[in-house]
Amino acid sequence: MERSLSDLPNVDERRRAEWLALYERMLLIRRAEERLGKEAQAGNLPGGVHLYIGQEASGVGVCSVLEDRDFITSTHRGHGHFLAKGGDLNAMFAELWGKRTGICRGMGGSMHVADVSKGILGANGIVGGGIAIAAGAGMGIKVAKETAVSVCLFGDGAANQGVLMESLNMSAVWSFPVIWVLENNGLSEFTVTERVTAGEFTDRARAVGMPAVTVDGNDVLAVQAAMAEAVARARAGGGPSFIETKTYRIHGHLEAEEAFLGGYTYRTQEEIDGWRTPDKDPILRFATRLLAEGGASRDDLDLIDERVKSQVEDAVTFALESEDADPELIFDITFSDQRP
Amino acid sequence: MAKQRYIQAINQVFLDEMARDKNIILFGEDVELAIFGDTREVYKTFGPDRVYNTPICEASLTGMAVGAAAAGRRVILHLMFGNFVYTGMDAIAHQMAKLRMMTGGQMNLPITVIAGYGGGRSLAAQHSDTPYPTLMNIGGINVATPATPADAKGLLTTAIRGNNPTFFLEASGRGGDSGEVPDGEYLVPFGKAAIHREGTDLTICAIGTMVRPALRAARELEEHGISAEVIDPRTLVPLDEEGIAASVRKTGRLVLVDESKDRCSAASHIAALMADKCFSSLKAPIKRVTVPNVSMPYSGVAETAIFPNPEKIVAAALSIAGELREVKA
Repeated sequence: MERSLSDLPNVDERRRAEWLALYERMLLIRRAEERLGKEAQAGNLPGGVHLYIGQEASGVGVCSVLEDRDFITSTHRGHGHFLAKGGDLNAMFAELWGKRTGICRGMGGSMHVADVSKGILGANGIVGGGIAIAAGAGMGIKVAKETAVSVCLFGDGAANQGVLMESLNMSAVWSFPVIWVLENNGLSEFTVTERVTAGEFTDRARAVGMPAVTVDGNDVLAVQAAMAEAVARARAGGGPSFIETKTYRIHGHLEAEEAFLGGYTYRTQEEIDGWRTPDKDPILRFATRLLAEGGASRDDLDLIDERVKSQVEDAVTFALESEDADPELIFDITFSDQRP
Repeated sequence: MAKQRYIQAINQVFLDEMARDKNIILFGEDVELAIFGDTREVYKTFGPDRVYNTPICEASLTGMAVGAAAAGRRVILHLMFGNFVYTGMDAIAHQMAKLRMMTGGQMNLPITVIAGYGGGRSLAAQHSDTPYPTLMNIGGINVATPATPADAKGLLTTAIRGNNPTFFLEASGRGGDSGEVPDGEYLVPFGKAAIHREGTDLTICAIGTMVRPALRAARELEEHGISAEVIDPRTLVPLDEEGIAASVRKTGRLVLVDESKDRCSAASHIAALMADKCFSSLKAPIKRVTVPNVSMPYSGVAETAIFPNPEKIVAAALSIAGELREVKA
């Protein structure tokens, strides 16, 4: 049941601005991660770096209808979600470089970027780690009789964790305002998900009576539309929804992948290249759309690219010039008002 | 001050604290019927908006506690048996214990997890564990092991009002124990050991359920002319290292009593700390009365054989203070 908003009416200026903002956010994620990939390959970043390149339309479409009061839980591939939900680029880069100006003061790193003030409850190094947290945040919202929503962004690898069945069940039985967003990139770390998965993921949500749709995850407007419907339902007390966004991970599971694989592969270069084409890549696709239907010019897009590249450069400079993390901090932040 | 049973003290704290702070929610398996008695009337009093009688799915419940706390609620999770720490461990170890630190201190996680622990009642291997050594080793989680109704009240109140994840481990099968409990608001600070009995010759440091057999052993040692001090850490994280050390420096001898398996137990941890802190005061080796490194058998006879009891504590005490008996006898 793939959906696409291919028949939008001609857009006005407001729509043009909204589309350009979506484009800019996707491009910011892309350019930021391209830089992070280079830095990781060059050995300039400590720790594992898992890139979202190729999936930007999903996170940007999802977060485009959210507010700061809404929560998201994210994954180990969380840079895109962080930036899409309004996280600060400089603070994210400083975090990846392990600096005290990092969003988590250098204590979390790539897999744990979080900004609670923006409702970003954190990327998570445990596959499926955000699932029950999102259910709990939904419970917390409902108990307080608020109209915020809790959005769980997770992958197809995480969708095979048993905790998903439990949390789907509870969110449905108690009508928690949770939107389950399965970003299906087809890969569970180094394993093709189809080889280890029976049935359709959306049927797992339907099994607990939850509305479930599959959308083209590389079409930012399709994701946005499905998300808007789910958010409206949740805010109105209509309970949880499940959205599967079909997408593809262009980079490896992590940037050091080749060292792990030792010459073996789980997919072909042709397959990867097939997702970089103008009709598959979410950013190239949306650029075409913007030019054709969005009232944008090539100059508009070039200007955005310039701006984004300069923001990335600034963020690298900010990170490099920042002071290293404070080793003493760990003793202050493990507990609230208590030494560990 | 009034006499109250251990389980009643806990139950009263839930009722009092949830009435006092409307931001508190409580959830867990069978909390509506309150099979241990500790959540009796809670569902009826506060209703399904604040009390969730959950399906059996600890792996999600522990994570949901984190999510609800991150969303601003104050959370009480009833995990029923301490063994279910293992079924809920992923989110305990990976989220509850670490999220505050990993986010650079951006969030508080006011979570109290309550669970019954311990053996001695033929509940067999999967319902008799003492999860506290495991929890102590994770880091980022407070652990309380109240031995008396008063401490149950005081420690639980402190846990619920605190801003850190805390495991409040109730002694299984001790719900009927009765004791004096202070009236009104009563908080016991974390990290402050209680001296249940003063003594000069020997310190018996007993964890949770082991306080009672330790006190019996102390009375028996008195008959041998040996004056034993009985100290109860009350919380294992944070641990009152200085309080225990002060007792050990005074007596020069230490027996630790812990119903955990010996290897990496609370007892072995405290023994290591005291060997370090009190080396020059110690007059004898530190002794541990614990459970062997096996799982709890079902048979009462088999269980009793490996469980700590007053006789074993007395024997351990005499092995390091026996000469005092000869002097004083």
